[in-house]
Amino acid sequence: MTSVSDTHAMGWSKDEPAKVRVPWRQRLQPANLLWLFLAGILAVLIIAPMWTLVVSSFTDAKTGGWTLQNYVEAYGKERHITALTNTLKMGACVVILKLMFGVPLAWACTRTDMPGRNFVRYSVFGAFIMPPYLAGVGWILLAGPNTGWINKIWHAVSGSTEPLVNIFSFGGLVLVTAIGGFFLVFVLVSSAFEMINSEMEDAANILGAGPFKTAMKVTFPLVMPAIIGAALLSFLGAIALYGVPALISIPARYPVVVIQLTEFFSFPLRIEVAAAYSIPLLLITAALLGLQKLILRRKGYVSVSGKGGERRIVKLGRWRWVLFAYCMIVVSLAVIMPLFVLLLAAFSESWTTGFSLSNLTLSNFHYVLFEHSSSQRALMGSIGLGIAAATVAITLALFIAYIVQRKLLPFSSVLAFLAVSPYVVPGIVLAIGFYAAYALPPIALYGTYMIMALAFITRFLPIAFTTSSAGVRSIHPEMEEAVRILGGGRTTALRHVVGPLLKRTLAGGWLLIFVPAAQELSTAIFLVGPTTRVVSVVLLDLSEEGELEKLAALGSVLLIIIVAVVALGMKYLGRDFMLRRS
Amino acid sequence: MDGLVLKNLGRRFGAVDAVKDFDLHIKPGEFVSLLGPSGCGKTTTLRMIAGFIDPTSGSIELDGKVLSAPSGSVPPEKRGMSMIFQSYAIWPNMTVAQNVAFGLNLRKLPSDEVKKRVGAVLETVRMSHLADRYPAELSGGQQQRVALARAVVIRPAVLLLDEPLSNLDANLREEMRFEIKRMHDEFKITSVYVTHDQGEAMVTSDRIAVMNNGRLEQIDSPYALYSRPKTRFVASFIGRTNFLSGNCGNHMIDFSGFSVPLGMLGEEVTGGGPITVSIRPQAMKLSATEAGRDKAINLEGSVKQSSFLGETWDYVFQSREGGLQFRVAAPPADVFQVGAPAWLQIDPKQIVPIAD
Ligand SMILES: Nc1ncnc2c1ncn2[C@@H]1O[C@H](COP(=O)(O)OP(=O)(O)O)[C@@H](O)[C@H]1O
Ligand SMILES: [Mg+2]
Repeated sequence: MTSVSDTHAMGWSKDEPAKVRVPWRQRLQPANLLWLFLAGILAVLIIAPMWTLVVSSFTDAKTGGWTLQNYVEAYGKERHITALTNTLKMGACVVILKLMFGVPLAWACTRTDMPGRNFVRYSVFGAFIMPPYLAGVGWILLAGPNTGWINKIWHAVSGSTEPLVNIFSFGGLVLVTAIGGFFLVFVLVSSAFEMINSEMEDAANILGAGPFKTAMKVTFPLVMPAIIGAALLSFLGAIALYGVPALISIPARYPVVVIQLTEFFSFPLRIEVAAAYSIPLLLITAALLGLQKLILRRKGYVSVSGKGGERRIVKLGRWRWVLFAYCMIVVSLAVIMPLFVLLLAAFSESWTTGFSLSNLTLSNFHYVLFEHSSSQRALMGSIGLGIAAATVAITLALFIAYIVQRKLLPFSSVLAFLAVSPYVVPGIVLAIGFYAAYALPPIALYGTYMIMALAFITRFLPIAFTTSSAGVRSIHPEMEEAVRILGGGRTTALRHVVGPLLKRTLAGGWLLIFVPAAQELSTAIFLVGPTTRVVSVVLLDLSEEGELEKLAALGSVLLIIIVAVVALGMKYLGRDFMLRRS
Repeated sequence: MDGLVLKNLGRRFGAVDAVKDFDLHIKPGEFVSLLGPSGCGKTTTLRMIAGFIDPTSGSIELDGKVLSAPSGSVPPEKRGMSMIFQSYAIWPNMTVAQNVAFGLNLRKLPSDEVKKRVGAVLETVRMSHLADRYPAELSGGQQQRVALARAVVIRPAVLLLDEPLSNLDANLREEMRFEIKRMHDEFKITSVYVTHDQGEAMVTSDRIAVMNNGRLEQIDSPYALYSRPKTRFVASFIGRTNFLSGNCGNHMIDFSGFSVPLGMLGEEVTGGGPITVSIRPQAMKLSATEAGRDKAINLEGSVKQSSFLGETWDYVFQSREGGLQFRVAAPPADVFQVGAPAWLQIDPKQIVPIAD
């Protein structure tokens, strides 16, 4: 006898018979226990750290009593306020630059006959694989004020001793932050362009609008919500990014929030103040994501979510080369130039002396792979954490998504809400929450891989849930019912139908988590211990020691591993698995 | 009782009764359709029979064994039934042959037996040549055949079909109706067929259960439903009809403008007072002159509208006395101009009193 057989096709919200009073012992059925179990996991991953973050921002470190002193300390100094306004200023500029990079490239690759579209696409994809801090290092090698290669060439050519470009500046900070994140703009806007049915543009043509007018009046307004959404996400990504400011903003003497947070985290440790200082970051994120939701919900824009019909490609004529040149500039700035110098530096004795055969060496690789005290372990740590985070997050998310989509348990939407909620928490804020909740006794997880794994799982749970949920939704419930009516149980249905049908989606989701998790820096920075290090943190250490060649070598090793995994994935899943989704 | 028995079956969703007080007895080997407008509770009834939904009242029994009751139900996988879904639900990760073999493999049949039965059933649905295709490589009609083969190959105790043809285009639909009928004649599986299309129900079914608002309105053979509808809903849902209200008394029914002796009707009418009758457009005949006055009812009037439907004319006739309007069907050769005077003959045997 069963009581959970009551699944129904999607679309009905209430599937419960009239309410009856149930004695509470009867409520402890397996189904309800499962709900409690999942809710418990989510509480550990999400509610507890966030709750502790907020509570500790109001807690006196010494007495444990209630206080506002942390906020006074966090915002009492002019320097701290400056960091906040600087961050907002930088975020705004980064957004503009990211849009200038991402939108034209997205249009060129989806709607025009520009040559080399695939090359541009793959290069942008390369920008996704390359962690922002490595692009940052590449740009330090290129445009450091004295030893950067661009400046050296300039000195040689012009005889001047002044640098031509200086990456340690506000402009440099904005440029490097933007190239590290315009991938997202490209993906979101591309998919919006791909949704537009040419018939909408034809309608404008028929009514007498020329190609330019059509683009301005029809095409761009239709992708506007995607652009706005991408702009908001870009802003959030920029203000929460840790790696690039860590490399650039200190020498540039341009304090920003994330750097200020690390100051609270260094000796003397002031977690409560850090918590108080991170609250605005959390509030801004939540507010902007709310705003985005509001914008996207407005009715006028639903047409974009329609299914893509036939799309015509704009013939650019001579302008196609102009557009191509622009795309090449962006792609060079973002990927080709920094990657090239990074690889070159990795094989150089000394990057300051420039390129020559005698300067070539493998010793940097030997050093980071076999000599350096922690980089071997860090590589294992990063890869291991990437695998663990991706696997656990996808598994957990699949469980929840299945239960939510099939309405197997009451109140399952609560689980869904919790699973996507870390989306509003910047990585560095999440790290502070985890530190506050779990690092110290009685739980004392500080210095273990466990605390990092938990934080990474939380950080990537929203991606995992969105992917799994879309996957489960694409499987019609009747597919499973067909198994059951023919004599198979729910597990048979999962094994023979749901599992095989979800394989590709889940593997794609797994990669989408593995890649950023293996590079993750913001969440790791406060959680690494003396013996638990990850590559991103070791890279930052090397940069502080000025060992840029060794840094480049270690970064290259990380890149090679990630590229190998992604290449495997592409072979198995088809080339476009990451460019397809938003 | 042998066969499938629904006793007083009901299902509530929140405050809505999707199905209520539903009684039905389907004999072994019988093909019964549940027919009704969208939202009347057909799918809910079918899914209760399948075991995907538990009833909130009443019970379902198969050959005397209780399958469903509010206290608990046998899960779908233990019922030995099979079902054809509106979406076909062909598993895209398996070939045609694997789809069809799935139920047999679950029953742990030896593999040569599985092969033999899969081959035979694919032969019956004329899909043998496509056995190794994947569903994505099949047309809608072919997918439907696979669904049919997959469902009948296990020789289910009951075959359930939920609007299986609604995703096909009109020609295929017509063809598949007969396919389903043929399969039933061949295997004699007790079948319950859900549809909102009366044509489908008429072609395939031994009996049709007409549903409205979660309740059973009438269950009868297709011919009886058409010629002897019991309620206004059934009369108007199956085919088209004319409703007339009259007054019953003194061995006569009085309509405005004419009256009919009770003895001339096809069935006995008891009681008096207001009464409603249904007269099919085909139960009447238009003629240019007054025909013999003997047994038929003859009304004088004129043609108000006409439309030609191909196989018949659809006329609107208005009687001179009482101004009653009738829709009348006429063969293509009987041409009347709009406005022309005409006489209407009504066969009193085909005047059917109905409950409102
Ligand atoms: N799971 C459910 N939750 C709430 N209402 C439902 C559910 N399933 C069906 N209903 C309601 O019950 C009624 C009958 O539905 P259904 O059996 O699907 O009708 P049909 O198949 O005849 O079109 C409809 O009003 C429908 O909205
Ligand atoms: Mg239905």
